[in-house]
Amino acid sequence: MKKQSKPKVAFFDFTDCEGCQLQFANMGNTFLELTELVDIVSFREVMSENGQDYDVAIVEGSITTDNDVARIKKIREKAKILVAFGSCATIAGVNGIKNRSPLELAKQRVYGDKAGLINTIKAMPLDAVVKVDYYILNCPPYIPEIIAVLKAILLGKPYPLPNYAVCVECKMNENVCRYEKDQECMGPVTRAGCNSWCINNGNRCYGCRGLVEKPASDAAKDILQKYGLKVEDILNSFTLYNDSMGEKYDQEFK
Amino acid sequence: MTKSSNKIDSQNLNVDVHYLTRVEGHGNIVVDVKEGKLAKCEFQVIESPRFFESMLVGRSIWEAQHLTSRICGICACGHTLASIKAAEDALGVKPSAEVVMLRKLLLYTEMLDSHILHIYILVAPDLLGVKSIVPLIKTHRPVIEMALRMKRMSDYGAEVLAGRHIHPISYVIGGLTQLPSREGLEKLHTLMLESRKDGEATVKIIKTLKFPQFQRPTQYMSLTSDDEYAMYDGDLMVNGEKSKVRDYRKLFMESVVDYSKAKISKINGKSYAVGSLSRFNNNFNKLHKKAKAVAAELGLKAPCYNPYLNTAAQLVEWVHCLEESITILEKILKDGLKEEGVVVASWPKRSEVGKIKYKPNTGTGCVEVPRGSLFHEYTIDDSAHITAANCVIPTNQNIGNLEDDMRKLVPELLGKKTQEEITLDLEMLARSYDPCISCATHLLDVSFV
Repeated sequence: MKKQSKPKVAFFDFTDCEGCQLQFANMGNTFLELTELVDIVSFREVMSENGQDYDVAIVEGSITTDNDVARIKKIREKAKILVAFGSCATIAGVNGIKNRSPLELAKQRVYGDKAGLINTIKAMPLDAVVKVDYYILNCPPYIPEIIAVLKAILLGKPYPLPNYAVCVECKMNENVCRYEKDQECMGPVTRAGCNSWCINNGNRCYGCRGLVEKPASDAAKDILQKYGLKVEDILNSFTLYNDSMGEKYDQEFK
Repeated sequence: MTKSSNKIDSQNLNVDVHYLTRVEGHGNIVVDVKEGKLAKCEFQVIESPRFFESMLVGRSIWEAQHLTSRICGICACGHTLASIKAAEDALGVKPSAEVVMLRKLLLYTEMLDSHILHIYILVAPDLLGVKSIVPLIKTHRPVIEMALRMKRMSDYGAEVLAGRHIHPISYVIGGLTQLPSREGLEKLHTLMLESRKDGEATVKIIKTLKFPQFQRPTQYMSLTSDDEYAMYDGDLMVNGEKSKVRDYRKLFMESVVDYSKAKISKINGKSYAVGSLSRFNNNFNKLHKKAKAVAAELGLKAPCYNPYLNTAAQLVEWVHCLEESITILEKILKDGLKEEGVVVASWPKRSEVGKIKYKPNTGTGCVEVPRGSLFHEYTIDDSAHITAANCVIPTNQNIGNLEDDMRKLVPELLGKKTQEEITLDLEMLARSYDPCISCATHLLDVSFV
């Protein structure tokens, strides 16, 4: 990134709830500080300008139509840096659940005999279609992590994602293990970086950040055995955020 | 993009707003006037559908609110609460009075957040003649800082109550997974008291802004209650008549149109409105007295037939929700919360999953979210897995009304305003409904008319 001129940043959204973009508004004064460091040239949710000249594209949402495929390729051509922003963009998010039943069935369930009007393809993360330079995980993205990634981009440095489980952060936060409370939890196999956000609030980990690269299969198997869980019992948990997780889980653990 | 035209033509007009900005989701406005006749007048929802109703099928009812909060980033708390209410209705679970109080507080907090976002970030730039909040950061810095401070206050509320605003964590079927901290509630109380003066300043600002003059009486639907300005609970009210929430399918009818992914919804064959103005029109008498005073200051009277003034009704509701929240917080800080009345597990114990037999049932839940009445409905089997789901979104219900507004408005403007001005008026009209298009593409199962 050139230091003399402010980088031009554009936001784009594909299929999602737009909560990721909203996290920028939720940053408060940090957002104002950000506008001093970069030029925001396109941000449809909050501005009518539509700048087509940008250095950094921050893209949220999954690819779910043929039009989306063409559009993300165009964005990739123009952007020097492409950031996949949030679970839908990074791992297909909850949109991926659609892929677990035939598309025709999903269309028919929602649109009945007008299903033919609907154009949809398998839900995909951005990197199934284009090269992604930076990943900001989580549903919704965790503001301290957003800021860390933006800093890395502005400094021209890579942002290595943590490759250890949420349990590490959860232990440091001194939470009682969900398994000890007779609940299941995705923490042992989910990539850390959210500071065990959900467990800190008394819930369990739902795996919105995707699996660590090499889940500690033996340790996870021990947990499954110790607590008497079967793969089938919690397969739905593994498929909540990424349709490929189920298969990956099967390979690792069956 | 719209074509510029200085010459005023009363016979022909072609508006084609591709990707309306400053709304959530993707929508187009297409209006065609040929030889003085309105040939086309459509609000097209072009968002890619996400198939939530299909995703829910086969999943555990305890997962429903986690999944359906992801329908919308702005009203994630409202979706969570409508979802929990529907699930509790299906399971026969009754939450404690304390839990209901905390849910109302969360709902008000989200209303405070969304209304400020809409008033300052999405609508104010139109009224000040700029394209977005970004130039206002330089020209109106103290106001923008105030808007962000007001938003931060309500975001903080959701953080304290539910872990976060976008896709709340701790609100689940039966109660909360943990008590909000006393320290957090005290800080929220302080922030809310401080926010009163920002609210007063906002009323002064909105008072000086000129909203377009336009009138079209329509049917207004909202929850209503004898006890309070209904947001969390009540019966449905339209044209002065009440119906039960579970009878919503008898009340309104939805149909699919070819040009849009969202359906058109009607009551008695006619379009209707939901949202702040509808609630204001139906339940004015139940507003907090400070909110009534703000309505008087803004010159807003019920019934109000100008859809542009939905923004003013939002500000009235902002004051109402702030005052109600302060009252609830003061009660909690005085009486305390009993852990056993509030805290539940997010799921049944793992050792119980699959062993308990449930009564197959259908449950319906409705809450008022910033944009209007939101319905979730789930049918469960004897293992409490979902076999069918419906989510009816306020924006969907408003689209037919918005199109009817445009049909009345366009002929009134023809020959008086330029194409550019008409386009802006139409965009502002659409934005006044605060449409949440990414929600609106999740449709009810289809009943064609």
